[in-house]
Amino acid sequence: MSSAKDVTDDTFAAEVLNSSDTIMVDFWAEWCGPCKAVSPILDAIAAEHSEKIRIVKLNVDDNPQMAMKYQITSIPAMKVFRGGEVVKTVIGAKPKPALEADLAEFLA
Amino acid sequence: MRQVIIIGSGPAGYTAAIYAARANLQPLLIASSVEFGGELMKTTEVENYPGFPEGVMGPDLMLAMQKQAERFGTEIVYDDVVSLDLAGETKTVRLGNGDVHEALTVIYATGSAYRKLGLDDEERLSGYGISWCATCDGAFFRQKTIAVVGGGDSAMEEATFLTRFADKVYVIHRKDSLRASAAMQDRAFTDPKIEFLWNKEVAHIYGDNLVTGVGLLDTVDGTESTLDLSGLFIAIGADPRTHLVHGQLDFTEHGTIAVDGRSSRTNLAGVFAAGDVIDPTYRQAVTAAGSGTVAALDAEHYLAGLPKHVLSKALTVPAEPVAASV
Repeated sequence: MSSAKDVTDDTFAAEVLNSSDTIMVDFWAEWCGPCKAVSPILDAIAAEHSEKIRIVKLNVDDNPQMAMKYQITSIPAMKVFRGGEVVKTVIGAKPKPALEADLAEFLA
Repeated sequence: MRQVIIIGSGPAGYTAAIYAARANLQPLLIASSVEFGGELMKTTEVENYPGFPEGVMGPDLMLAMQKQAERFGTEIVYDDVVSLDLAGETKTVRLGNGDVHEALTVIYATGSAYRKLGLDDEERLSGYGISWCATCDGAFFRQKTIAVVGGGDSAMEEATFLTRFADKVYVIHRKDSLRASAAMQDRAFTDPKIEFLWNKEVAHIYGDNLVTGVGLLDTVDGTESTLDLSGLFIAIGADPRTHLVHGQLDFTEHGTIAVDGRSSRTNLAGVFAAGDVIDPTYRQAVTAAGSGTVAALDAEHYLAGLPKHVLSKALTVPAEPVAASV
């Protein structure tokens, strides 16, 4: 099980958009194999950089409004939010070093 | 040092591990960090793997193979190989996490990677309407019009699967007949949501932030046309994943690793190859599993022929890698 907190259509504004932290939302679904593969890697990155970035999960089946709003057409999709805006999108399961490279500006 | 390291966790890698482990070779299997289980992890129902009269889900089949390999003592590492040194008597395997492992033999079974169309906007729109995985992304195209490119079994499987979600699924194929199996063809032909566009090649992909359509080129008369789409699923085949062994192993004209006759022996002593990386023709889960068997038996035979003082270096399995990241 992932250690990341779940966010929903209802809590998205409070948890993500209005947060003063840098937050990465992992858009995922139960039936998505690559999502399950990347989940422990995201947990590890979150644990190693807990002061820089917070990672939360949004189940796209249960929360279609946010999935539609952010035009998700492929998962896993990881979107980094700052001040309510998407500042980075990473799509697809990748090995830890590749994800860390994609997210380098937020982890440094 | 190990007796054998297996690289790859598809049917070839896991079957090699089952055989090697049962032969008491205590294999280490490098499974990859995000693609473990291989291509079958992205499929749904597998109907042609013997022993499953009702079919089996691809991920369930791979989990069963993994458990079977572990049952006999295979150790599995979920990381990626970043480099290999295969030439000497001792083979060196370096991982993404910095760990270094050594072995007397390596079984290379890394499978294949999806082929790309090679178009300018393909990379940019990947994940924004372009997909290589219908089971992952199909659900985002409910009531949409989409297309699958390709004419093989995987293209037919994707097209048929995608009709669960999409209103309309075009199949774009550059020839006027399919190489897919008869069973898959029949299923696609009789599906009212699927329409075939024969002798057409995707020449352009349109869309600023999301795919909006494609430009098609007729392969017979050269005429161009456009087709409005929300999604494009690419299933035009796969190429052997061999970048780690370029410059070390010999290759065939097909780009697969060259092996000696029906064996798995490469040009380097102690290095064996199995599955899609040596197979330009069949590329089935079952043939890959058979190929993994061959590689494990070849490795076992090779180890049995090594001088005692060489083999003795690998008879005790180290609990830790020979070198680790700090």
